[in-house]
Amino acid sequence: MSERERIATKKLRERSILNRTIRAFFDARDFIEIEAPILVPSPGLELHLDAFAVENRYLITSPEYQMKRLLAGGMKRIYSLGKVFRRKEAGARHNPEFTMLEWYRAGGSWTEIADDTEALVWQCARSVDARHAGRCALEPPWPRLSVGEACERWGRVRIHGDEDLTTLRERIRAAGWRVPADGDWSDVFFGFFLDAVEPHLGQDEPTLVYDWPRPLCALAREKPGDTRVVERFEVYAAGLELCNAFGELTDVAEQRRRLESDLTERRRRGLPEYPIDEKFLTALAAMPPSAGIALGVDRLAMLLLGASDIRDVVPFADDEL
Amino acid sequence: MPSSIDATELKPGQKLLMDGQPYTVIERQFVKPGKGAAFTRTKMKNLLTGRNVENNFRSGEKIELADIEEKGMSFLYKEGEDFVFMDQQSYEQITIAKDLVGDDWKWLKDNMIVFVLFWNGRAIGVTLPNFVELRVVTSEPGVKGDTSGGAQKPATLETGATINVPLFINEQDLLRIDTRTGEYCERVKG
Repeated sequence: MSERERIATKKLRERSILNRTIRAFFDARDFIEIEAPILVPSPGLELHLDAFAVENRYLITSPEYQMKRLLAGGMKRIYSLGKVFRRKEAGARHNPEFTMLEWYRAGGSWTEIADDTEALVWQCARSVDARHAGRCALEPPWPRLSVGEACERWGRVRIHGDEDLTTLRERIRAAGWRVPADGDWSDVFFGFFLDAVEPHLGQDEPTLVYDWPRPLCALAREKPGDTRVVERFEVYAAGLELCNAFGELTDVAEQRRRLESDLTERRRRGLPEYPIDEKFLTALAAMPPSAGIALGVDRLAMLLLGASDIRDVVPFADDEL
Repeated sequence: MPSSIDATELKPGQKLLMDGQPYTVIERQFVKPGKGAAFTRTKMKNLLTGRNVENNFRSGEKIELADIEEKGMSFLYKEGEDFVFMDQQSYEQITIAKDLVGDDWKWLKDNMIVFVLFWNGRAIGVTLPNFVELRVVTSEPGVKGDTSGGAQKPATLETGATINVPLFINEQDLLRIDTRTGEYCERVKG
């Protein structure tokens, strides 16, 4: 294919419309756009994120630490639309550099973020005249169900979030699903979730899945009144995982404990060890209760523009450079 | 050949073992939940049942490979209910039970080359060429005047199978048949 033909296959004009729609959406709701830093001292310690190192800095895997420092510093409604970078992620739905939209509401709850998400996706859909993605009807409201309900409905497995690894493995096996020989709680859960549950999510309309099991807490806070799950949701639409949102953890001691536990596990597995961002931890003490979300804009573009490959919605994928 | 590989190395056509059954990989895709490990989503066909399944193998997971060998063999003759084939390379003869051949007996004629799949040395499947040419042995002449496009009549082939053919087909005609659908394709000169 010639360069001219290659570029002609790309949906770049539509993407440009989406970017404009996203900014108009947040401007209308009195959000401030933040140009988050891309070079940072700590890229986050989550075990399944691998950062690019640049001298004594890292490329961000998400702008969340700096966005939360702004919330702690008194900002109320902020969003960032920019690139993030994750090593070893390449495929039809992944590119090592991709566009992340994050927004946060100081004093807000995850349900407000969920309402934002429905309204944003619908506004974006109308801006490119895509009220459906295949047979998935995009108009809100979308069904919302808990991880526990989803696992029981499609996988016939009861998962509350307080099961130990042995119990989790036994329940998944008893329901007839394959259980890998090894792997931690998260690995076993996601193996099952991808086999049994995810194929059913978001087929006829986008589906919001909330109340994630405690072992998958990431930076989410515990759900008030139920220590087994955390305030976290994801949206799945037409087979794509679109976003991940939290009722944000603001408990400094708990946050430090999670980061140290990730660091220990990184050491044990021989993964790169990233520093703990002390300025982020210090700021957390002053951060009001907040909710925030990270939404993959390339995925949103794939959904709304009917692209099965991320290459169709970016000017140059990693293997086209 | 290594006995196991990492899930990230899975490729279409690879034969692997899962829960003690042999599978062939049809498609693979990199998937990764935002907050989870990377997986290889794999569409596979069970080589014993022919059923397609989808599985997600975590990166780093060791996948056991199946000892699968495919050999070109020629069909010699039917022995009772079973079928006798000869290895094209070693000239060794083997008997394959009718269950493995299934409905494909309809298209098997002497000396036809087929592919036989072996798992741990045991035959588990027979694959015919996509198209075979077979002669019509009996077929009533088409009713005169009926020239409407789709009209068909039954014809019995040299293998004993009966299929539907267009009205203009005569006895002794050579037909090309698609073994995947079991349908008539065209008349062949000869």
